[in-house]
Amino acid sequence: MAAESSWTAKVRSATVEKFEPEDLLPDHQPAYVSSWIYVFGVLTIASLAMIILSGFVLTFEGPAWWHSSNVGHYVNSVHLWSVELFFIFMVVHLWGKFWMAAWRGKRLATWITGCLAFFASIITGFTGYIIQTNFDSQWIATQAKDGFNAMGIGAFFNTLNTGQAILLHVSLLPLVLGIIVVWHIILVRRKGVVPPMEEVDSATRSVETMEVKK
Amino acid sequence: MSRRLSTVDPSKKWSGPTRKYDLVKEFVIAFLVIAVAALTLAGLFSSPDEKAITLQSWSKAAPADFVQTAAGELAGTTTSASYGPPYNNAADGQKILGISPAKVVGVHIPINPAQSFVIEPLKISADVPTRAAIDAWNSAPEKVRTGWATAYADALAKDGKATSLADTKNEYGPVPTLVTSLLAMAKSGGLDGALTTSDTNMPTNFTKPLLFLADGGTYFSDLASAQHLGGDQWGVMNETGSWPGQSWLWLYSFWYQIDPFKSSEDADVLVMTLMGVLSLLLVFLPLIPGLRKIPYLIPVHRLIWKKWYRRSSKS
Ligand code: HEM
Repeated sequence: MAAESSWTAKVRSATVEKFEPEDLLPDHQPAYVSSWIYVFGVLTIASLAMIILSGFVLTFEGPAWWHSSNVGHYVNSVHLWSVELFFIFMVVHLWGKFWMAAWRGKRLATWITGCLAFFASIITGFTGYIIQTNFDSQWIATQAKDGFNAMGIGAFFNTLNTGQAILLHVSLLPLVLGIIVVWHIILVRRKGVVPPMEEVDSATRSVETMEVKK
Repeated sequence: MSRRLSTVDPSKKWSGPTRKYDLVKEFVIAFLVIAVAALTLAGLFSSPDEKAITLQSWSKAAPADFVQTAAGELAGTTTSASYGPPYNNAADGQKILGISPAKVVGVHIPINPAQSFVIEPLKISADVPTRAAIDAWNSAPEKVRTGWATAYADALAKDGKATSLADTKNEYGPVPTLVTSLLAMAKSGGLDGALTTSDTNMPTNFTKPLLFLADGGTYFSDLASAQHLGGDQWGVMNETGSWPGQSWLWLYSFWYQIDPFKSSEDADVLVMTLMGVLSLLLVFLPLIPGLRKIPYLIPVHRLIWKKWYRRSSKS
């Protein structure tokens, strides 16, 4: 029986066989991968790692810990500042990829998973803000409910249901974001880093000639 | 000057020159830098933590606002009493192109503020006049109830400072007793407990006390405005104090600051829909003629790949 007819073989050839070990963890990059902008993707992952680590500590102590403990307040601050760094780096990364038109050469899926990571991060951050269990979270929750309610989403995602928001923030959303980020990075490794946009005769610079040649 | 480089197909695996690049080392260094940065920023700037408001702290700090709100819940005039779905059928919800998404989805978190916020919690009370007032309220026809509560709410609002008023013209029915008992219950902290434990006795859901609090006329929103958290002050993207909030929500907050959204009754559904459309534009930007050409028209990539272009133009 031909190996290709087995489901397992099909999954294998669609996944693991698509990768050379050197593609997954290469120790060389094309010569054009030499710019400060390439650091921002990695900085975004590093900030995410810091968010997850500080989030672990907050999780073990429970949502009200940081109101009464100095250590708790410090860990909460670490979590908050990691988030601020994360978003700054992600936004620079996004703009960088935009100016590099980094979707060229069949990298549309990389761009789209990046956008999904951006949206998932915003929703995760939002649920974090409404589980602070302080005045700010009360205010944000009561204000933001109207936006979700108006869309009919409020019936299922109730910003005033703190228990639901905690579950979303510490379990479901990080899982979703994690999967998206891993997928994004696998796509980046699979396609390789996009080459520079081509230079053409600067006197007759025409957008059309710079478009992707299929 | 005229030069043309060899054509590179960006979808093909790169076969040109390469350079050594240590991804793992890059990540480890990046992580250490971020760890030091986050630990330092946290030490220097900490994070805000303004204590949560309770119905108890509200009723103690602003009893007049509290009783006006309670009377308004009975009269059906507060935000949640006139909200519509997902809480009740008092209104249709905001509309876009004649459709109300909230109404389509329907009532999922049933709340009747007069019953949920006032009558139900007061049932815990063993106080005889309060029990009599509850019976009088429940046995009166809808129209009579609304008449009592509206008259009392109007009189309280007119006075502005009073927490109770004498019923000289015999027009308030049991409402003053109900509202005064609720105020006492709130001051004791009992109302916070009653509203959170009405559905389960291990509460994780604060929908009822928060809706009630947000129905308040001035207390809660004045505290928020003092912290520049009002909707007309870029609302939800701010934090208490001077900490950075969710600055990435700037575009969302922005629409609420300008017309037609600012003055629209349907602002929320309009802004949410607009943001949905803009998000889709971002997702599919690489496919959208015009937008996808911007990086070619404004050559920031010249800066990004400066070294590479210089090197290629030499060779
Ligand atoms: C959680 C958020 C994100 C993480 C952790 C992340 C991580 C990365 C990393 C490590 C790379 C490879 C190195 C680099 O070029 O920086 C990369 C590439 C890329 N990212 Fe992201 N990214 C995120 C969000 C985004 C967003 C929001 C977009 C755009 C909408 C985006 C679009 C891209 C594209 C198109 C590439 C391929 C670039 C190329 O081939 O040169 N990413 N990302």
